[in-house]
Amino acid sequence: MAPATGPTGTPTRLDEGAGTRAGVGDSPLRPDGTLKVTGDFAYSSDMWHEDMLWGCTLRSPHAHAEIRSIDTGEALRQPGVHAVLTFDDLPAATTHYGLEIQDTPVLAHGRVRHHGEPVALVAADHPETARRAAAKIKVEYEELPVVHDEASALGEGAPLLHPDRDDLPQGPPASSGPGGTPSAPHVPHPNIVHRQPIVRGDAEAAAGRADVIVTGEYEVGMQDQAFLGPESGLAVPAEDGGVDLYIATQWLHSDLRQIAPVLGLPEEKVRMTLSGVGGAFGGREDLSMQIHACLLALRTGKPVKIVYNRFESFFGHVHRHPATLWYEHGATRDGKLTHMRCRIVLDGGAYASASPAVVGNASSHAAGPYVVDDVDIEALALYTNNPPCGAMRGFGAVQACFAYEAQMDKLAAELDMDPVDFRQRNAMSRGSLMPTGQPVDAPAPVAELLRRVKARPLPMEAQWESVGGETDVRALPGGLSNTTHGEGVVRGVGYAVGIKNVCYSEGFDDYSTARVRLEVVGGEPVALVHTAMAEVGQGGITVHTQIARTELGVTQVTLHPADTRVGSAGSTSASRQTYMTGGAVKHVCELVREKVLRRGRELFGTHHPAWATAELLLEGGKVVTDGGEVLASLVDVLGEEAVEAEDEWRHRATAPFDLETGQGFGHVQYSFAAHRAVVEVDTELGLVKVVELACAQDVGKAMNPQAVVGQIHGGTTQGLGLAVMEEIVVDPAAKVRNPSFTDYLIPTIADTPTIPVDVLELADEHAPYGLRGAGEAPTLSSTPAVMAAIRAATGRALPRVPVRPEHIVEV
Amino acid sequence: MEFLRPATWEEALAAKAEHPSAVPIAGGTDVMVEINFDHRRPTHLMDLGRIRELREWEVGDDTVRLGSSVPYSTIIDQLATELPGLALASHTVGSPQIRNRGSVGGNLGAASPAGDSHPALLAAGAEVEAESVRGTRFLPVEDFYTGVKRNALAEDELIKTVHIKKAEGPQQFSKVGTRNAMVIAVCAFSLALHPEGRTVRAGIGSAAPTPLRARAAEDFLDAALADGGFWDSGRALPPSLAREFAELCSGACNPIDDVRGSAAYRRRAVGVMARRTLGWTWESYRSTCSGRTTEGGSQCA
Amino acid sequence: MRVTFTVNGRRHEADDVWEGESLLYVLRERMGLPGSKNACEQGECGSCTVRLDGEPVCACLVAAGQAEGREVVTVEGLAAYAKEREGSARTGDLAPVQQAFLDAGAVQCGFCTPGLLVAADELIERNPQPSDADIREALSGNLCRCTGYEKIMDAVRLAAARTDDGAPEVV
Repeated sequence: MAPATGPTGTPTRLDEGAGTRAGVGDSPLRPDGTLKVTGDFAYSSDMWHEDMLWGCTLRSPHAHAEIRSIDTGEALRQPGVHAVLTFDDLPAATTHYGLEIQDTPVLAHGRVRHHGEPVALVAADHPETARRAAAKIKVEYEELPVVHDEASALGEGAPLLHPDRDDLPQGPPASSGPGGTPSAPHVPHPNIVHRQPIVRGDAEAAAGRADVIVTGEYEVGMQDQAFLGPESGLAVPAEDGGVDLYIATQWLHSDLRQIAPVLGLPEEKVRMTLSGVGGAFGGREDLSMQIHACLLALRTGKPVKIVYNRFESFFGHVHRHPATLWYEHGATRDGKLTHMRCRIVLDGGAYASASPAVVGNASSHAAGPYVVDDVDIEALALYTNNPPCGAMRGFGAVQACFAYEAQMDKLAAELDMDPVDFRQRNAMSRGSLMPTGQPVDAPAPVAELLRRVKARPLPMEAQWESVGGETDVRALPGGLSNTTHGEGVVRGVGYAVGIKNVCYSEGFDDYSTARVRLEVVGGEPVALVHTAMAEVGQGGITVHTQIARTELGVTQVTLHPADTRVGSAGSTSASRQTYMTGGAVKHVCELVREKVLRRGRELFGTHHPAWATAELLLEGGKVVTDGGEVLASLVDVLGEEAVEAEDEWRHRATAPFDLETGQGFGHVQYSFAAHRAVVEVDTELGLVKVVELACAQDVGKAMNPQAVVGQIHGGTTQGLGLAVMEEIVVDPAAKVRNPSFTDYLIPTIADTPTIPVDVLELADEHAPYGLRGAGEAPTLSSTPAVMAAIRAATGRALPRVPVRPEHIVEV
Repeated sequence: MEFLRPATWEEALAAKAEHPSAVPIAGGTDVMVEINFDHRRPTHLMDLGRIRELREWEVGDDTVRLGSSVPYSTIIDQLATELPGLALASHTVGSPQIRNRGSVGGNLGAASPAGDSHPALLAAGAEVEAESVRGTRFLPVEDFYTGVKRNALAEDELIKTVHIKKAEGPQQFSKVGTRNAMVIAVCAFSLALHPEGRTVRAGIGSAAPTPLRARAAEDFLDAALADGGFWDSGRALPPSLAREFAELCSGACNPIDDVRGSAAYRRRAVGVMARRTLGWTWESYRSTCSGRTTEGGSQCA
Repeated sequence: MRVTFTVNGRRHEADDVWEGESLLYVLRERMGLPGSKNACEQGECGSCTVRLDGEPVCACLVAAGQAEGREVVTVEGLAAYAKEREGSARTGDLAPVQQAFLDAGAVQCGFCTPGLLVAADELIERNPQPSDADIREALSGNLCRCTGYEKIMDAVRLAAARTDDGAPEVV
């Protein structure tokens, strides 16, 4: 049954750039770079197999409905159709999956809970055949009332999204929970996925000491990751009854843990290999078409490829939680925060995804990078019939940052203080306590980051005016659309700073695995690094080559494709991979080095006393003493026999937050970034041109300076997108109104300003090389900085992102 | 689906007569999106790409004969003098890649109220030459749009040429979108001064079920310019006049709320664009005529 | 139906093409040229940008049948295309824009890269010393989600500078 030939587009070992000496702190070329610029790098959608079939998903047109019947007969009879599957065809007792709570059906069972939920699958010999067949599947729906916001979710008689949920740890107390439905003390209603209060000090009493109190209600719209490479992959059935899956994901082993039980297969029979990943940003943490492709492949005995188009991609992954945030801050006349109270309601949509962790993040970061001892915080995520929401770059901290930074500006205005000065007076520093009681036990240069962005010279005014008096509309709001030649245009400047945790939190057993082999190939020592880390574009693989060079003193480093033949690397999420898989590679290189030195002592120890007495290093292909004396070449020590090691590596342990007080050592590390935005606003049309978006960020150690700046640029731009254009519009019937790149807009190169970046390197002694996860922090402060600048230009409150032209001109 | 590849215009007309449901495709910038996203499955797709005359244009004494498939990039590069409003509009279409393929004929065929060329055609003055095996019709562009994504073409007709009046005065085009490039119009506006006939024409896009002219605003401005002797004097326009013109343009809109913008905003924005484009065109007109007066001419126009 | 056209200087033929297939699909799935990318299939991202008879276009919006008899250049043929344009003066296996994207760090996930390279190469061919505003205008049809475009700007500036200093322009 297995096909005779293999798939094309399978990943190969990367040894591009081998021969460079570039180690930690350098910026060597990406190992996959040449493949990517020549078009030869194979993404998951580029996989191809002779005789492969195309899979297609039939999705629900309704946000909430009962499925009365499904008739697949006519679809199955179409020529070229090989299989049509529904829930009833699932082969195993496990029929649901999920990152934290297994509440997501692989295919809808009796009920659909959101617009676009998968209902049935088709495999056919051409994508068009599959689409036509899917259109012939007859599904009889009976629409149900829709839960679409807090009022409808928690109101009297609200339909319950998951009436049988069994994920609540503390069981239903008799008194709470409507109608004896499941709930727990910290989750007062079954349409609340998770709730995290954080209480420290006495906010009520502290409010009494405040000279000024400001309040605000803020809203954040539903942002999409909008990675460019749509969900896709190829499943190839194997001789042993298992399946080989080539896939773009953020975490191979998490996928595997969810896929195998649904297929009724042991994990070793589901062999996963990472294909090229066209961006992720959180959107590939959850499964999309993985199980579907495997089911079709196993059913038909043929390789099955599924590639979502952009329309389907908007339904194929979770989005950033939309949020409503109520905030109250107080301050004394001399500009010191007295207290803060807030309530953050996140819309988790129909299934849990990462909502519990997002709630933990939103609540624990709700106070921002500020010293405030008396806090009363509540964050929760709802179940609704809206699209499921989960991980996206910034993960709960983005929403909070937009609100608390708006509050800081309000307070500064109320106190007639400079907004940067006000922030600096309250900025946390090393040793400050988080609302959770956790001390920030690493550098926290919040005031310095603000100082740096503020100290930059401002960009030239009226850049649209050229010497000859001509107007270059490309430098104006509206650009080539020619809406202004300067009329109504007002400049604004705004600042923001944010705090984001790094790595997995709240007691999660977060680890990564590396396997490193050192051997002589062609007369040269070569390190082979094998991890399951998902390279999604961030450049983790480049860093792995740098670490191996630095630790093993070699130039040649080869990277093994990421797959499930090595242990888990954890997720490419939470700004954690350089820390975690970088840390694992470093750790395992150290193990390899020890083995090499042991062998060296055995072989050559008698030749030189330094083998026994000196601190030994591997440098330039040699064993050397810390004084620089060469003891032996690696080639001679290794000989014919490779040295290999594999191990798991963990960051320091964290603890869960107390479910009632939120206290606990919940996070591993914090990262900080600040932005200054300079915008030109057409105050009559409400159009915005961001002129400059300067960033300063502490990265602990710039492992690869070019790549880390690239991360900061990218994160900054996604934050800009959230500020002025990006939103999935969901109507009151919980239907998605704009699932396309025509109407879900992300910044083009004409919308993106220059982004000068100032990188600080204040080492965190808890982390490998002192590094600090860098990918997310710039996404946080970018949005509020742009909004502060627009507020400065317009004088309007603008409590919602993305801001729309009609909000700016108030019609 | 069948793919038709007429080599000549006559073959295309014959094929369209034989298969009235055939969908003509030139740049593909609308049709292929509908096919890729499974929104449309025509029985026949008829490629007009092989018909040379559809990609040709000719500048006549009073009009430009624009082949229906002439891409926007050509209009920008070659016809900015004769068709300044349309060239500005063309520059706001999609992306460079789209401008290399998309055409005015395609915009007319799709008849989306948000099509970028419509306001400029309305302001300049244009006729659509539609042809079938039965014969040729010339339709004023105002009469061509009959509803949301509906036009006046009979099912056997194809658009051959668009006859656009050459500019005899300044023209402007503005479009509001929520991004600074590659964006569908929230609303759009075009204004053309016609000094020879001492008239103005204003076209509005994406603010009503069809593109339309702001006739009441045009009439007001025609009268005000005449009454005040502005065409002759080349004097600056009083702000009140521009304001009233803008209000009438807003009033001509019949917009909806949708994901791209609210009706109220569209009305407001059309007014702002009307006021600004009137300012720009009139300043441009004045600067040309002040040059002439110094040479001794007595009149601007 | 059958379609025949030239890709990167080589004649390609595909049979049994469904009439609704795009040039992009035929390149990727039938001709073994998946370098042009399928990010949006609605002309809103530029990832599938190819040269069609010299013009940069979105391959997703060209019906396969419309490419009949025409010349297509994709990212896979970009190095050879640039080499031919610049004569034999240039060495190296990559086109100047390709090398510049690598050197400047303009590649992250890389999904937008093929389309950007084709568009940027055409810009420099047409306008050897583009201003920043020219670069932004020419690349405004190519979305990138990873880089924030800063290093793409650097790369195009670098490629233009190198092209200008290096091989003399072929007149």
